[in-house]
Amino acid sequence: MNHDYQRDISGCGLTGVISKKKRMIGGDVIVRSLCLMNDRGNGLGAGFAAYGIYPEFRDFYALHIMYDDESSQRTCEEYIRNEYHVEKAEDIPTRPVKTIAISPRVVRYFVKPLRERMEGGIGEDDFVVRTVMRINSEIEGAYIFSSGKNMGAFKGVGTPSEIAEFFRIEEYEGYIWTGHTRFPTNTPGWWGGAHPFTLLDWSIVHNGEISSYGINKRYLEMYGYKLTLLTDTEVAAYLLDLLIRRHGLDIPTACTVLASPFWKDVDYMDEEEKEAITLLRLTYGSALLNGPFAILFGHSKGLVGLNDRIKLRPLVAATKDDMVFIASEEAAIREICKEPDRVWAPRAGEPVIVALED
Amino acid sequence: MYTIDAKGMYYRDLNRLVREAISKGEKDLLLKNVNGQYYIGDGIRAKDVRITIEGVPGNDLAAFMDGPTIIVKGNAQDNIGNTMNSGKIVVEGHAGDVLGYGMRGGKLHILGDVGYRVGIHMKGYRRQVPVIIAGGRAGDFLGEYMAGGVLILLGLDANGKPIAGDYIGTGMHGGVIFIRGDVDVRRCGAEVGVMEPDENDRKLLKTYLEEYCKDFGLNLDEVMAKEFKKLVPVSLRPYGNLYAY
Amino acid sequence: MFKSLAPPEYLATIDTDKCIRCKRCIQNCGWSVYSWGGDRVLIDTAKCVKCLRCYHYCPVEAIQILDNPVRFRQNAYWSYHHIRNIKRQAETGGIPLTGMGSDQPYPVLFDHLLLDACQVTNPSIDPLREPMELRTYLGKKPSRVEIERGDDGKIRTTTEMPPQIKLEAPFMFSPMSFGSISLNAQKVLAMAAKECGIVMNTGEGGLHEDLLPYRDHIIVQVASGRFGVNPDYLNAGVAVEIKIGQGAKPGIGGHLPGEKIPLEVAKARMIPVGTDALSPAPQHDIYSIEDLRQLIYAIKEATNYKPVSVKIATVHNVAAIASGIVRAGADMVYLDGFRGGTGAAPTIIRDHLGIPIEHAVAAVDDRLRQEGIRNEASIIAAGGIRSSADVAKIIALGADAVAIGTAALITMGCTVCGKCYTGNCSWGITTQRPELTVRLDPEVYAERLINLIHAWSHELKEILGALGLNAIESLRGNRERLRGVGLDTQTLDILGVKPAGR
Repeated sequence: MNHDYQRDISGCGLTGVISKKKRMIGGDVIVRSLCLMNDRGNGLGAGFAAYGIYPEFRDFYALHIMYDDESSQRTCEEYIRNEYHVEKAEDIPTRPVKTIAISPRVVRYFVKPLRERMEGGIGEDDFVVRTVMRINSEIEGAYIFSSGKNMGAFKGVGTPSEIAEFFRIEEYEGYIWTGHTRFPTNTPGWWGGAHPFTLLDWSIVHNGEISSYGINKRYLEMYGYKLTLLTDTEVAAYLLDLLIRRHGLDIPTACTVLASPFWKDVDYMDEEEKEAITLLRLTYGSALLNGPFAILFGHSKGLVGLNDRIKLRPLVAATKDDMVFIASEEAAIREICKEPDRVWAPRAGEPVIVALED
Repeated sequence: MYTIDAKGMYYRDLNRLVREAISKGEKDLLLKNVNGQYYIGDGIRAKDVRITIEGVPGNDLAAFMDGPTIIVKGNAQDNIGNTMNSGKIVVEGHAGDVLGYGMRGGKLHILGDVGYRVGIHMKGYRRQVPVIIAGGRAGDFLGEYMAGGVLILLGLDANGKPIAGDYIGTGMHGGVIFIRGDVDVRRCGAEVGVMEPDENDRKLLKTYLEEYCKDFGLNLDEVMAKEFKKLVPVSLRPYGNLYAY
Repeated sequence: MFKSLAPPEYLATIDTDKCIRCKRCIQNCGWSVYSWGGDRVLIDTAKCVKCLRCYHYCPVEAIQILDNPVRFRQNAYWSYHHIRNIKRQAETGGIPLTGMGSDQPYPVLFDHLLLDACQVTNPSIDPLREPMELRTYLGKKPSRVEIERGDDGKIRTTTEMPPQIKLEAPFMFSPMSFGSISLNAQKVLAMAAKECGIVMNTGEGGLHEDLLPYRDHIIVQVASGRFGVNPDYLNAGVAVEIKIGQGAKPGIGGHLPGEKIPLEVAKARMIPVGTDALSPAPQHDIYSIEDLRQLIYAIKEATNYKPVSVKIATVHNVAAIASGIVRAGADMVYLDGFRGGTGAAPTIIRDHLGIPIEHAVAAVDDRLRQEGIRNEASIIAAGGIRSSADVAKIIALGADAVAIGTAALITMGCTVCGKCYTGNCSWGITTQRPELTVRLDPEVYAERLINLIHAWSHELKEILGALGLNAIESLRGNRERLRGVGLDTQTLDILGVKPAGR
């Protein structure tokens, strides 16, 4: 077990918007909201996640990969073509930004696992997770930063507006968007370290520091996750994958695990609920996210906002018609929605769960 | 008689059925087709309950048992009567190693041979006296660390072979062992003294063996006809001089 | 008169000018150091063990107990104790005994580990005013939970909860038997355990009926001597512990000397009065790991499946052994490090066998995680836990809870003099002499032990607060929050801890 790592610590601001009726929202909207919170970052990382952007490839996993050089690209592509049917491969459209001196090559692939490579009845999702773990931990210079269907993450080292410009975010339309501006406190410089962090169609943006990181990491390692990024956000994403996709918990229950109620309150619940909550805590105590955090996680069916159980990080939510907004600051919402129907601050550990309408 | 067919049954299921039957008031149980199920009678507290076993019961038969009588119509395995508190076990065949470990009370009657380490650390306090009687021969370490109770070894079909193994009563600091026939002092633990039984001992032996002979249809007079040796600890503190205080 | 060639270790001295001849020292000394000489107190200093009972009860501060300045010539290799032991052995042919944990100057890893604290990037938490959870459950945990949501929106589970021991703080008292310690000392432990919402452990000596009111806070132990074990006993507490070994004397059995076996102890153990109570080195029904499984399930069958703990001494191959114990069905693995205490052990064994608890917990926690079975059992760490800092560090290395023995005895007056095996403890702790045991008032000393547990709990909360954590499970196994100082690379690797500065 590897313990000799340098952990990545950062503060930040986050924002997200969803249309429950799947009405398309332009990328410029999320960029405006995020740029309002420029001062929450320090220009050393920003990123976006968008759902519904690849309708023509909706049945294919969209792998976004960044490469340090050509040789890593060759090795990685050889690996992918060996394991997957590749429907389409192309460079992710970018435009040069004066203030961004160095950037990795960014390429996207729309793929499907090859049946004959899926041994032992492994599901497609698990197969893709294995690919992500393997490439990110074993192929030097290659990094998969997005792997879901009909969604994508775009991120790098720069301010929100620089990264938006680089990835031409305003050209995309999606029905769920999240955005993140970062304030790393250690050596910056790696594009993979920016948010959102994704796995399959999970995307996480996160503000705060998870003080329980060490045990969360070791707990996940028991289930085969390889934590290569050494950021809190990676931990949150993998925990959601474990709890929801692999252990079959529903989203509210998973949130109960990540920000569990205090024993003093559990003691007064009715017997059935107390038993369930106690068992969850006993079983998933190592998955408790302890310390200050506010996270937004997007997935193919909706958007969730959650903060820690004593609310050490800010989170504001608002609704307008079928739209729901969640952000670190109310102003970031007002910037893109002048007159919300309702604005509120979610209570500690109480998730805001928004589902897309069928 | 309440019958349970144990064929192919896992021990947890069998023992649950046995417990349920006893708690419903069944007094006489027959377990048929037993083969290797562990823990039969484990921890059961009930007087006047009789469990008859057809087949070979598994290890830890009657561990921690308190009260019932178990009759095994054949051979039995290891660890019978482990830390047993009271009750009785009759084995109409031979039995394995480590019988009556830490036994605190009750009786263990074995018709045939017994294995190694029989009666390790048997206890005894006032009227609570555990008794193990084996009709055949025994392996090494008979009565090791014995702190109380009575161990009787008969060697009925020994045919001149040594009845007990080596290291008899090593570490013995309480209780008594009776062996029917001669005892080679070199095979006894240093902590053991070998002597002739006195009149009281013979009375005691007769009481124990009367019940034993009745269990197996043996002739008491024939069993008592041969001389016994009595083994007792020479010191309550066999290791009193081992330490430099 | 025979005079040992080993000079006395201590000099008991009385300032005759100050002494008021009240004779309290004579009454208080369990070792008969003092006697009345008609006009003054006579001193047999060779008997003195420096337990300081006399000093404490001298009303005029006339008594001083000094380390004997007369020593053998100093020698960095042939230490005072080497020479002294040889002389004693030459005189007696015996094995020197000792009590308490090893006092030898092996490196103490606890003292080379430092905890983290929050500054700026994450906030520390104020434990006096914000919630701080120490509650700990011991036992097997499921690996996942099936949840159903009712029409009322409330959740319920269809997963069965394995039996658990609930502790209000991650502490328990180590097993110390009636016999090795007095009934009053056991009562102190039981009363404090009840008040603090934790558990004590009977050790291998049966359960005295006076402890029955505390049964919800008692773990009963089954060891090789099987003392006091019957169905009532097995079912009396919240769990059953199988003792395989003890940190102070791994691989060897126990001899409770006949001096400590009066009628009450003999009754509880069902052995003759005044005999040495012998606990065999192995459990004679366990010669292999499958035999352990057999005993674990024999106990579970007899107790309707109460949790079972297995206590081992931490030896070289502890990780593999612990893994086997978990796979054999244990709900808890109790690791007793080589610094662990004892009522009586051969000094040579105590000081030279086993490995420290810090290495052991790290290795076992790693191993169980690698095998994906860490949830199958809780890890209890024991063997020289001196402060709440040790508690926090060992939990960060991976323990679920700690067991404390020596620290609990110190609250009862113990000064760690190490002479428990004599049965003369002047403080009434490790003795069965009625005139001595009566000194230990359970009510009074339970209060002190409760104070200690409360104080350590407060300190633990302060530590958690500094770490920015408000639940003990977020510290458990969180080695990221530990740093090593002055440890070599390999030790750091074994502990899974980074050096300070990284």
